[in-house]
Amino acid sequence: MRVDQPCAPRPLLDVRDLAVSFGRGDHEVKAVRGVSFHVDAGETLAIVGESGSGKSVSVLSLLRLLPHPMAWHPSGQILFKGQNLLEAPEDRLRQVRGNDIAMIFQEPLSSLNPLHSIEKQISEVLFVHKKLSRDGARSRVLDLLDLVGLSEAKARLSSLPHEFSGGQQQRIMIAMALANEPDILIADEPTTAVDVTIQAQILKLLTELQERLGMALILITHDLGIARRMAKRVCVMSHGKIVEQGAAAQVFDHPQDSYTQHLLAAEPKGLPEPPPTDSKILVETKDLRIWYPIRRGVIRRTVGHVKAVDGVTLTVREGHTVGVVGESGSGKSTLGRALIRLEASRGALRFDGQEIGALKGNDLRVLRCQMQIVFQDPFGSLSPRMSVGEIVGEGLKIHGMSNEEERHEQVGAALTEVGLEPGTMHRYPHEFSGGQRQRISIARALVLRPRFIVLDEPTSALDMSVQAQIVELLRGLQKRHNLAYLFISHDLKVVGAMAHDVVVLRGGKVIEQGPARSVIDNPKDPYTQALMSAAFELKAVESGIVAS
Amino acid sequence: MVSLPAPIASRVLGMRVTPIGQRRWANFKANRRGFWSLWVFLAVFAVTLCAEFVANEKPIILRYDDAFYMPILTSYAETTFGGEFATEADYRDPYVVQLIEANGWMIWPIIPYGNTTVAWDLPVPSPSPPDSLHWLGTDDQARDVVARLIYGFRISVVFGFVLTLVSAVIGVGAGAVQGYFGGWVDLLAQRFIEVWSSLPILYLLIILASIVEPNFWWLLGLMLLFSWMGFVGVVRAEFLKVRNFEYVRAARALGASDATIMFRHILPNAVVATITFMPFTLAGSVTVLTSLDFLGIGLPPGSASLGDLLAQGKANLQAPWLGLTGFFVIAIMLSLLTFIGEAVRDAFDPRKTFV
Repeated sequence: MRVDQPCAPRPLLDVRDLAVSFGRGDHEVKAVRGVSFHVDAGETLAIVGESGSGKSVSVLSLLRLLPHPMAWHPSGQILFKGQNLLEAPEDRLRQVRGNDIAMIFQEPLSSLNPLHSIEKQISEVLFVHKKLSRDGARSRVLDLLDLVGLSEAKARLSSLPHEFSGGQQQRIMIAMALANEPDILIADEPTTAVDVTIQAQILKLLTELQERLGMALILITHDLGIARRMAKRVCVMSHGKIVEQGAAAQVFDHPQDSYTQHLLAAEPKGLPEPPPTDSKILVETKDLRIWYPIRRGVIRRTVGHVKAVDGVTLTVREGHTVGVVGESGSGKSTLGRALIRLEASRGALRFDGQEIGALKGNDLRVLRCQMQIVFQDPFGSLSPRMSVGEIVGEGLKIHGMSNEEERHEQVGAALTEVGLEPGTMHRYPHEFSGGQRQRISIARALVLRPRFIVLDEPTSALDMSVQAQIVELLRGLQKRHNLAYLFISHDLKVVGAMAHDVVVLRGGKVIEQGPARSVIDNPKDPYTQALMSAAFELKAVESGIVAS
Repeated sequence: MVSLPAPIASRVLGMRVTPIGQRRWANFKANRRGFWSLWVFLAVFAVTLCAEFVANEKPIILRYDDAFYMPILTSYAETTFGGEFATEADYRDPYVVQLIEANGWMIWPIIPYGNTTVAWDLPVPSPSPPDSLHWLGTDDQARDVVARLIYGFRISVVFGFVLTLVSAVIGVGAGAVQGYFGGWVDLLAQRFIEVWSSLPILYLLIILASIVEPNFWWLLGLMLLFSWMGFVGVVRAEFLKVRNFEYVRAARALGASDATIMFRHILPNAVVATITFMPFTLAGSVTVLTSLDFLGIGLPPGSASLGDLLAQGKANLQAPWLGLTGFFVIAIMLSLLTFIGEAVRDAFDPRKTFV
């Protein structure tokens, strides 16, 4: 019998050779192929990896939250305080879930029940595990909301989840997870769905709570910056295996495994190509406004306006990239759509010297060859029922620019240019990965030989290394074709790697604009400063400058 | 120059079959019950489509004086065969039969009775029970039930098909326009549909029947006025959803017109919903004509139809073969259509298509 030595205490959670498979026989998909890691009390372990690497599946199996019996474990042990959770009876597991080990998820709004007040949702855990009385539960809920820094908690107990902002929803999720003072908190991409400023606040909150409550934190993330800042130890996962683990400083500064090295090298960095200096102005706006009327009453009287974009003046030169940054709801995407006339706007809007704000019908259609857009969501932006060839060739067909044979050739050439095999044109979008789909979207925009492309968060939905590839591709295309880009993103790192000029938007208004380096390195406006420190140093700003 | 691969062209009957189409067909076949129902239904329908050659009071082909005659396609006077009258020959008349067989031969359809042929030679008063001549007996006017069944089945199914297809076209169009443009168009059209759908169809049919003699086309037109609304909801919902997708926005950025976006980008989404819905609508439409005939406000009296058979069964409870035949035929037909519908639904289920 093994005796635990006092100097080497048993880890709180010890995962040994855990494997997870979905389906059996020929259909077996090995999602996790034998991972071993441990978590000590009070420490932070980060699990990093790209999508599909098995990081979420590994931690979901800790609490047996996977769809059994479709998912099963060919091997492995999960020892929590010495007990193997994989073989524990369902009763015991229910005690562990939410009580000893709690979880928070990526998308706060879809993790909260939209029909129950937040008080009801938080106190449910208390009723189940602590058997508290109604009054006791209420005071505990208030304590918890106080702990996670939700303002005016008492007045908002009966509010429903949608009445809170994204950051507040994430705080509520954390409050729910903390309700029973768990020993381990698992955070599955807790900040992927929120803005950088809120991300910084949430991370700060998690660190503070961890110190105060002395719990262990397992942080799953694809963002290496977060892992580096938050974690003491790091596991790097790839294709269902842990390829490297160790102290965070060690892994990040001296990566041993080639995959880790590749991942670290993959962060979008570098600077955009120096632009041609004497290029002419392609797109120009002056005091551009997009106001949506708010109508009330029977006769639909206009009582006010939602000012989505309010007085934006900018110029985009050939071969240049203008980055537009701002938090969600700042009007970035609306501005981008207005520039290529997908949204009606007021104020001057010139393309190549021609006023296009009022163009209609055929004149506008002719102009559309010259300006294109690439969207964020690589899944929603390709019609699932058209082949890649049809998708890319559609613009040519609409503009009657070529017959079927030429079209076939041009589509092939466009696909080659974005780094895809021309043979892919007979396949359908669902057969491609996110990065490949984004390449298809770029090919669709490119095939018409445009001069101006609006890139609406083209990298936000992609993995880090894929982001870097797309950034590289876009830079190359810009140089080759002297393209003008409007690059919309909330990710300032990518903007730094792409943009020559930057426009900072907030509530539809320009807060700051100028050359990229000077705006990013020496922001003048306090809001821009807050944004930059949140993005690059993951620091939350205390003052009320950013939304909570 | 890049070398381009040839398109993957698998073609069936000259139409290009996409990989998705192939997977759907495989899914359809995987539902064995639906797959067999389809073949049984198609076989029965094919037979009834040739009803004139299956059940007729005229021979399919006859030989007389070294010449061939096809009485089903052309009418010949009795004098052609050496008879007395200049009117069309009655091939069931023993005298005419004798004339022809003296100088040639006749090939009869399997069932030598048309849908209106009255069997004058019944040994018992009509309706007569099933026997070797009349497999399912005769109705109260001594007409062969099998013959009437074949013709009745055909008109019911054809009516259902035409009604479903035309109302699908109208309904999908209306739903597409409402969903795509939204706003006032949608608001007004929805209110119109609410008012329109509350009109009492039955009374309109009764009024129609008192003004004109309702035939196939009159009934079809009147039913069409109301049946298209069934498709609007599902198509409208699909268009409302998809019009905000990014690929639709991307198409607009490419300069695609409204019509292109509606047909090429959004309609394929709605088509899946429509096709899934269709076999069940078809089953409903097939019974429409039956119920009108049963109530006596359908096709003119004397026409062969399933509804008429049921009405006869109700009026002649002493001849249970009438009612039972009608019941079983309708029940089996609707079951087949529903099984096919289930298989179609499986085939177009996106969760099954994309695994």
